[in-house]
Amino acid sequence: MSGSVQPTIEEIQQETEKFHSRGNSKIKESEFVHDVYNEIAQHFSQTRYKPWPIVKEFLETREDKSIGVDVGCGNGKYISINPKLFIIGSDYSTGLIDQAKSLHKGEKCNDIIVADGLNLPHNNDKFEFAISIAVIHHFADENRRIDAIKEILRVLKKGGQALIYCWALEQEKSRRGYKEGMEQDILVPWVLAQKGKKKKDIKEEEEKEVDNVEKPPVKMRFYHLYKNGELIDNCIKAGGKVVKDGYERDNWWVIVEKE
Amino acid sequence: MKFITSNFVRCAVKSCDGTEGSFPLNFQDCKLQLEEQEFNEEFIISMLERLDWSALVKVASQLGNNAIPPQKPSLDDINEVLLKDLHSLLLETQIIEGKMICDNCQHVYYIKDGIASFLLPPHLAK
Ligand SMILES: C[S@@+](CC[C@H](N)C(=O)[O-])C[C@H]1O[C@@H](n2cnc3c(N)ncnc32)[C@H](O)[C@@H]1O
Ligand SMILES: [Zn+2]
Repeated sequence: MSGSVQPTIEEIQQETEKFHSRGNSKIKESEFVHDVYNEIAQHFSQTRYKPWPIVKEFLETREDKSIGVDVGCGNGKYISINPKLFIIGSDYSTGLIDQAKSLHKGEKCNDIIVADGLNLPHNNDKFEFAISIAVIHHFADENRRIDAIKEILRVLKKGGQALIYCWALEQEKSRRGYKEGMEQDILVPWVLAQKGKKKKDIKEEEEKEVDNVEKPPVKMRFYHLYKNGELIDNCIKAGGKVVKDGYERDNWWVIVEKE
Repeated sequence: MKFITSNFVRCAVKSCDGTEGSFPLNFQDCKLQLEEQEFNEEFIISMLERLDWSALVKVASQLGNNAIPPQKPSLDDINEVLLKDLHSLLLETQIIEGKMICDNCQHVYYIKDGIASFLLPPHLAK
């Protein structure tokens, strides 16, 4: 991402104030998560195609013909990794589900629906496995994050396992530089590419100080950055048993089992 | 939405949890489309044990298919014709437009352009 198109510190502060002034977590998520994903869906989807190794391994080691859910599946990048499974992918964003639908047309190992991870439209004790990759960090308070894990456990059969990923606070090696001691509840900018314009061109135009160049629109998404141990703690509070955990690519992950 | 998914979705409203009317949903005014899929006998057989048969029969009949045997066929009565019929119903039948109604709270969920939405209005959502 080119530096010159990033929002200024003042712009981020302004958006952060707006975020905190919203009455409750539902409104915050609606404005700073759901609206944003719908607006950036197409551009966002183009950046999501490489599966993370541990997610791939988890899906490849499920028993043949198991059925599972992908909660917050986005454009569905994980729903056809293992064609011997049947996965129902769901996401709050209609925009991203439209992307998923066109990317996975004609596949028989999955289906896609629009649903809220906190209000899943599934019966209790139904599925053998679940994944939820980079989703739970978008809930705006701890109770809702724990409830989201409870909701995933609810639809799993006894002994069923869920793989959950959340963005880490400790990501010093990444260009974003979040680290221990920093604020965990943050807004992260997404710079939309302008139609027909490459970011490089925008940068060049800005450097030439052409006046009438519009800045590309920036959308701010809410994230709760997870501290070391926090995801495990949330899973235990949700009533699950953590069977494995680790850190991969700036994320904490757990495999949590329904007892 | 594929037909098979009707066996795995219920009303999303929390207070409908466990009520009879919340599963299966009541499918109304549906437009169907057949999308060809490769036949995989083993997949259908393994799905048999996971399916709620009476829900399947009910939804199939709401969609105008009354040819499904009322009792879940045992592994002994299974034949290729039946498996192919099930394959075509479960995986090839797409619900393109329609409504799904919860008979407990009467909430209506819509299917548009092949995509079912279970999002709830704020006062019903957790
Ligand atoms: C960073 S993306 C990850 C998408 C996908 N899991 C992946 O790994 O590519 C976060 C996703 O969470 C979804 N999401 C956020 N809040 C949600 C909620 N309450 N219910 C369902 N999905 C939600 C967003 O719409 C978005 O698709
Ligand atoms: Zn209901």
